[in-house]
Amino acid sequence: MEPLSWTGSLGGLNLFISLALAVMVIALVAQIIVGIIGTAGGRAINADGTLASDQGLSGFIGLIARYAFYAVVAIALAYVIGGILLGTSAGIIGGMARQLLPVWIALVATFAVSITFKRKLGLYGKLFDSTVGMIGFGLVLFWVFTGFFGGMLDLIVTHNTLSQFSGMKNELPGMPLTGAEEGDFQWFLLGGDNLARDVFSRLIVGSWIVVVIAPLATLFAFMVGITLGLPAGYYGGRLDTILSFLANLILAFPVILLFYLLVTPEIVETGIPNYMAAVLFIFPVIFATVLLNSRFYTQPSVRTPLLIVVIGGLFWAYLSLITNDGNIVANDDYKIPGLPQLLDWIPMPPEILVVFVSVVFVNSPTVFRIVRGLALDIKTRDYVAAAQTRGEGPWYIMLWEILPNARGPLIVDFCLRIGYTTILLGTLGFFGLGLESESPDWGTTINAGRRLLSIYPHAAIAPAVSLLTLVLGLNLLADGLREESLRD
Amino acid sequence: MGLFILRRLGVMLLTALCLTFIVFWLTNLYPNLEKLAKTQGNFRMSDEAVSSYLGNRGYLEPTPMKFGQWLGVVPGYVTEKDDGTIIARCFTSETAVEDRPTFCGILQGDWGFSTVFKDDVGSLVALRLGLTGKLMFFVLLLMVPSALLIGILAGMREGSKLDRTLSTASIVTTATPEYVSGVIFIAVFASSAFGLKWFKGSATSAMDGANFENFFLPVLTISLYGMGYIARMTRASMTEVMTAQYIRTARLKGVKFSDIVMKHALRNALIAPFTVIMLQIPWLLNGVVIVETLFNYKGFGWLLVQAASNNDIELLLAVSVVSVVVVLVTQLISDIGYVYLNPRIRIS
Repeated sequence: MEPLSWTGSLGGLNLFISLALAVMVIALVAQIIVGIIGTAGGRAINADGTLASDQGLSGFIGLIARYAFYAVVAIALAYVIGGILLGTSAGIIGGMARQLLPVWIALVATFAVSITFKRKLGLYGKLFDSTVGMIGFGLVLFWVFTGFFGGMLDLIVTHNTLSQFSGMKNELPGMPLTGAEEGDFQWFLLGGDNLARDVFSRLIVGSWIVVVIAPLATLFAFMVGITLGLPAGYYGGRLDTILSFLANLILAFPVILLFYLLVTPEIVETGIPNYMAAVLFIFPVIFATVLLNSRFYTQPSVRTPLLIVVIGGLFWAYLSLITNDGNIVANDDYKIPGLPQLLDWIPMPPEILVVFVSVVFVNSPTVFRIVRGLALDIKTRDYVAAAQTRGEGPWYIMLWEILPNARGPLIVDFCLRIGYTTILLGTLGFFGLGLESESPDWGTTINAGRRLLSIYPHAAIAPAVSLLTLVLGLNLLADGLREESLRD
Repeated sequence: MGLFILRRLGVMLLTALCLTFIVFWLTNLYPNLEKLAKTQGNFRMSDEAVSSYLGNRGYLEPTPMKFGQWLGVVPGYVTEKDDGTIIARCFTSETAVEDRPTFCGILQGDWGFSTVFKDDVGSLVALRLGLTGKLMFFVLLLMVPSALLIGILAGMREGSKLDRTLSTASIVTTATPEYVSGVIFIAVFASSAFGLKWFKGSATSAMDGANFENFFLPVLTISLYGMGYIARMTRASMTEVMTAQYIRTARLKGVKFSDIVMKHALRNALIAPFTVIMLQIPWLLNGVVIVETLFNYKGFGWLLVQAASNNDIELLLAVSVVSVVVVLVTQLISDIGYVYLNPRIRIS
């Protein structure tokens, strides 16, 4: 079988897309230069005395740039749609587009529904008013769906991520699979890595690891940061001094040194990460308890059953999160038993737990500082004084007056921080820390691929570009959210 | 001001002490020591052999005692073996008896001995720091002026096409961690796959003689990640200044736009980026570790990785002391500089 080219039978479009791209770039540069020189458009006085001005040179070039951009988008769409219809006869891009079909359907459905009802969806709906925000959201959603369908439901992947195929070592993208059986996918779409595994499938499955761990770890870091940062900012005084000192202590550590100290197998053996998990993961439980109690403590008939259910559920989740094989901590000297296997409904492999804990640990001091700063600012507002005069408790003021009013910056920072966490996860993988060496996550794959970078770069470039697009998407999303939340 | 600096120095000292103690404690946990004994002795050591190896070398004393020895406030250990040979922290058996010091820690200027490199930690760290200093110098030389230029160009006309383009570019660079941009740069500019062999994919030769070909890619890789952030901060500060009343006055007076930017806006707009640049320097340390590993440049970051992956306790401690001092000193400089640059804060 012939190796696939990048675009296959749609190769005729290549000329047009490069042409459109070139026109777009030239027009953009020209527009900037014209903008610096600054030309005023011609003005004409109408008969009724009103003044009309044309767009001038810069407006004209802007028009060209916009149409060139539309052309690029249209041709890119043509590649994808052509690929869905033609499959691998439209080359590697076509093959990938066909494989990613569930993702496209889900993306189109989400966008269609969201844009239709965008006026009723609050801040989320407003996101669809900003182009930057939409592009960012699209990129993020693409990886979320890819991870979900590929990593969770096993739909997109073409080959097993761990099986090695003889003769496929370091093969270039688009090579046919040697010795393929009848039911097998016939190509390695993005080539093979140095252990003759399919790069495309590993990329897809690896995205699920990132898409699950990064937001969850960020969420936990926010729980820790909020639960400690609000009282530090609100009460101030000695509590603030101590907590700030601790936060600065962690922040003064170089991140990589901290990772090396926490994630090495010898430290894992002592059980220190498990103790840290036990401490860090209790914060969501505390947060939820205080949140509900401060709101409903005046209505005991609501409060008591609510708290029993919520604390019970969360505590169960907490215990099963930190329990592994029936033990919370298990080292050579002693064991601390946790939940029995039967009740342990969250499977948390020890190496993932370690990575998770260290990422949460690194992120929470920064969140703490942000929340503390916001609390310091907001506690001087009138509505806080009004609540104090009403006789509300301090936790009610912190969680139901200050926190909702700090949500704008916090949501934006949440998006940015997921991106940063993704980068941190990649860093861990890049140094071969934490996750196993055959794990398909992006950082580990980049680490494995970088040794042959100057001869076979494809195995490292694919995850590198994926990581770049995901983090870029999150940053653009944060930018769009910031713009939209500043607008009102 | 003097009191402020004094208090900051005190907090700095306390932070450095706490951090080194944490590093000390983590590296001195028993599994780590066991690994150390096995790599230094041999891998098939029995448990008894391991504990006698560690005991003879003072590793099994209580952690605060060992920490004190490292600091130089507690006398170094002296073990006399059954056969009469003496193993001690501060001297070898060849040292004449009257020359044998009791204390040897960092207070006495003795940074210890690296178990991986079989060399004195002080000279090792100094050598590697020099190499990283060279790298950092070029990084700052490339990063700071270009970031400020981008930020000022983007911020002087908010919302213009130039602003949009430059802001998007800075978002892209902040979204590209060093290991991603480094991999892409090597693949595109240094590999045989793309055929553009403009640069070298390894910076090992740059340690002796750095030139454009072998040093530009690592410098660019570190600079890019920090550049976007500084540029965005500069842009934010610039747009804020450009809406100020005195700029409007200058415009209404008919001052040329270039004069407004260069003479009126620039000085006030550069106060905030100064702090950001200073606080960015510790972050560059991360980039240095990644880039030195990726490009095989044997500087301070490479030393950190070697020390950490081999549990070389004294080397790791020296490395963390250096990096903590870098973090805290840059924080101090940024605070003092901010006050110094901004007269409004100084007066109040």
